[in-house]
Amino acid sequence: MTPMRTLATAGRVLTQIRHDPRTVGLLLVVPSLLIGLVAWIFTDTDVFSDIGPAMIALFPFIVMFLVTSISTLRERRSGTLERLLSMPMGKGDFILGYALAFGLLAIFQTAIAVSFAVWVCGLEIEGSLWLLFAVAVADALLGTALGLLASAFARSEFQVVQFMPVLVFPQILLGGIFIPRDQLPEALEIVSEWLPLSFAIDALQAVAGDTESTEWIVAKLLVIAAWIVGSIVLGSITLRRRTP
Amino acid sequence: MVNNSDAAPGAAVIVENLTVVRGGTPVLDQLSLAVPRGRIVGLLGPSGSGKTTLMRAIVGVQVVKSGTIEVLGLPAGSRALRTRMGYVTQQASVYDDLTVRQNLAYFRRIVGAPASDVDRVIERTDLDTVAGRLAGSLSGGQRSRVSLAAALLGAPEVLVLDEPTVGLDPVLRVELWGLFRSLADDGATLLISSHVMDEAKRCDRLLLMRDGRLLADDSVRGVLEVTGTDDVEQAFLRLIERGEPDLRSTNETEAQR
Repeated sequence: MTPMRTLATAGRVLTQIRHDPRTVGLLLVVPSLLIGLVAWIFTDTDVFSDIGPAMIALFPFIVMFLVTSISTLRERRSGTLERLLSMPMGKGDFILGYALAFGLLAIFQTAIAVSFAVWVCGLEIEGSLWLLFAVAVADALLGTALGLLASAFARSEFQVVQFMPVLVFPQILLGGIFIPRDQLPEALEIVSEWLPLSFAIDALQAVAGDTESTEWIVAKLLVIAAWIVGSIVLGSITLRRRTP
Repeated sequence: MVNNSDAAPGAAVIVENLTVVRGGTPVLDQLSLAVPRGRIVGLLGPSGSGKTTLMRAIVGVQVVKSGTIEVLGLPAGSRALRTRMGYVTQQASVYDDLTVRQNLAYFRRIVGAPASDVDRVIERTDLDTVAGRLAGSLSGGQRSRVSLAAALLGAPEVLVLDEPTVGLDPVLRVELWGLFRSLADDGATLLISSHVMDEAKRCDRLLLMRDGRLLADDSVRGVLEVTGTDDVEQAFLRLIERGEPDLRSTNETEAQR
């Protein structure tokens, strides 16, 4: 792995996206629009103030997971992945290059989503906006990292698409959006305590309600960061130069 | 059966008893062959004969069941080989949403070649006029030349080209074969697959494949002599009829050159 090849890859991914303005547009505004839709649905109730923070966790996470795994899927289909892996390209360079490029996009996307939720949809944030932003960015990066892991782990295109329901849906179902996590059956509650999205949702809700100390939230943030690093490392290890 | 790889010292590629199984069936079965340095070796056979699998195995991106492959004295897939080999897949593997120059500039940085290499390969593959266009907007032939240009970056010693001339107009095809010849003259070793039998005569040696086995590993002249024809397609059919492969060592046939 070399910084030169990692940065070259990140730059190349961003150049590719720049050639497709519509993708950039969708990437940046779709999570905000979905948050707006949820706020609209619950206009006459106070539900949005409860689930709003979770929505900030949810939509950028899903969008980044999808976009990342589809981009690497394209790389597989076009044969460019095979070409790169026959070149002196480190597997880590490839994964980290993508993580950097999409990480940068995730920062912009999250900034827009958080601003939209707070200033347009009127989501009340009692705690620090900066902390909210930090957790939301980490959460979007988590989506990118898991998307990379899924596509590295997969051996075929179909498998990549299948990993979306496998990796993402259980985290949404068990994340405390449908029912608070402490009301889940015990076994599921234990599982939910290990899922990274649960940490993001807990942290965002804590910032929104200002119910926990900064240290508590930073601790959650560190767990998410560990998941991000772990996924990227695992993705680099599982990516195969040789395929059947 | 003569194992010709023993008689090929200093060969660029030596394959011994290679078996590759895909989806439960053997695609390559106990294959042994050698590709001499500085030569153009044509890999010919009908589609499904295992040409691409053999090439992927030599490049080191194919899961291999058994056997050994040495490229430039190193096991295929070695890290040190990745800058010394160029590989062009059958389908042009380039980024459609980047321009020709952006594609090459990126691959150039991955290979670690000097910046001037981008212009050099653009010129060699005659892509000057389309260098600023998106690869996705080019014709099939132009795209495959971008893919070829990327493989030339860093001036690799061994080039593995999977059907590089498919779908090209005859003028371009002749030009590309001229390019291949000049690369070989500069010392590069080229393994080029094709299913167009008349391209065979432009090669120094031929590997004729069918059903994962070799029908022939010989010089072009040798294959034609053994089968008593002047046409590679006919030679192919006669070798099938004969039921015995024409495997003659590099040394034996090099003497004939």
